[in-house]
Amino acid sequence: MAAADKVDPIHQFHINKLIPLEIGGYDISFTNSALFMVATVVLASAFLYFSTSGRALVPSRLQSVGEMSYEFVASMLRDSAGSHAMKFFPLVFSLFMFVLTANLLGLFPYFFTVTAHIIVTFALAALVIGTVVIYGFYKNGFGFLKLFVPSGVPVYLLPLVVLIEVISFLSRPVSLSVRLFANMLAGHITLKVFAGFVVSLSSLGAIGIAGAILPLIMAVAITALEVLVAALQAYVFAMLTCMYLNDAVHPGGH
Amino acid sequence: MADKNGPDGTGRTSGKGTPGFHDDDLERRRRELGAVLATRRPDRSQGKEAEGAGRASGYGQAFKLSSEFIAGIVVGVVIGWTIDRLVGTSPWGLIVFLLLGFVAGILNVLRSVGAVAELDQRGGKPPEPKE
Repeated sequence: MAAADKVDPIHQFHINKLIPLEIGGYDISFTNSALFMVATVVLASAFLYFSTSGRALVPSRLQSVGEMSYEFVASMLRDSAGSHAMKFFPLVFSLFMFVLTANLLGLFPYFFTVTAHIIVTFALAALVIGTVVIYGFYKNGFGFLKLFVPSGVPVYLLPLVVLIEVISFLSRPVSLSVRLFANMLAGHITLKVFAGFVVSLSSLGAIGIAGAILPLIMAVAITALEVLVAALQAYVFAMLTCMYLNDAVHPGGH
Repeated sequence: MADKNGPDGTGRTSGKGTPGFHDDDLERRRRELGAVLATRRPDRSQGKEAEGAGRASGYGQAFKLSSEFIAGIVVGVVIGWTIDRLVGTSPWGLIVFLLLGFVAGILNVLRSVGAVAELDQRGGKPPEPKE
């Protein structure tokens, strides 16, 4: 992978302890990952605070962007899970803003990409699925288990089908987190590798510099693609959250 | 729909013995079936997705399908391994749940491309929109 010895595409994902801290045998140091999570939260909150502080009837550009993000998530949740699910709007909107801001923040050079670590995305997905399961049982009782029993299946096949459906349900948080993590990880590694080609080719003299133009164009194009992927993955994450909440609000499709 | 075979609404009054295969009746039943099928078939959003995502669609599709498939297998392996550890049935739990995980992974993939109806689609709700 490393085109030159100096270029290590994985190095950007290293976690460094900024403030070592240990309580009760657990290492809870403040790392660069934690720093960027705090930065993400602060940035997203500040954006929403300043965009809504004007409260003009004719919105300014900033206020317009804030209102658009609100309405985007609200209509997505209402369309896919019904207006009963609007009580989950704060959760979905927070997740969307967190993932979007973290993805976009990760695109800056020298910045750490929080969502390229599977433990972060898995924690977010586990939060979603935990909410679905707890609210599903709270709202529907054992009727929530109807989710795992497809209708029209012969009785002798039912145990097998239910087992498969349960595994399929449990695989949702895994696939939700793997998708976000893999997209961000692969995108950043590709970007780094192409940028590494530029450096190592241009050290070869005149011909190398001429040849380095191609990977440079690629790096620019991939950066543009990464902006798209960052927004798309935040959208997908929020969308699937809405889908899963829909199962909790109406199990069995009613 | 077998109970609608009778002469209701078709103008035919001739006896119970003849099946109601009047043209109107057939036409009506065909339309009803079409309406029911349309609510259950989850492929409406496919075209929208393909044009909407533009250049990243193949890339996104690849990530989506592989993550669905891998997730099923991973969950199966974790469950099987845990059962083996707790009950001491090694390696049978792992074998059985790995195979079930494959099945669940393939089911996930088929669901996400719309080849199999969603779990929650029996009530005729709109299909899961794709990314």
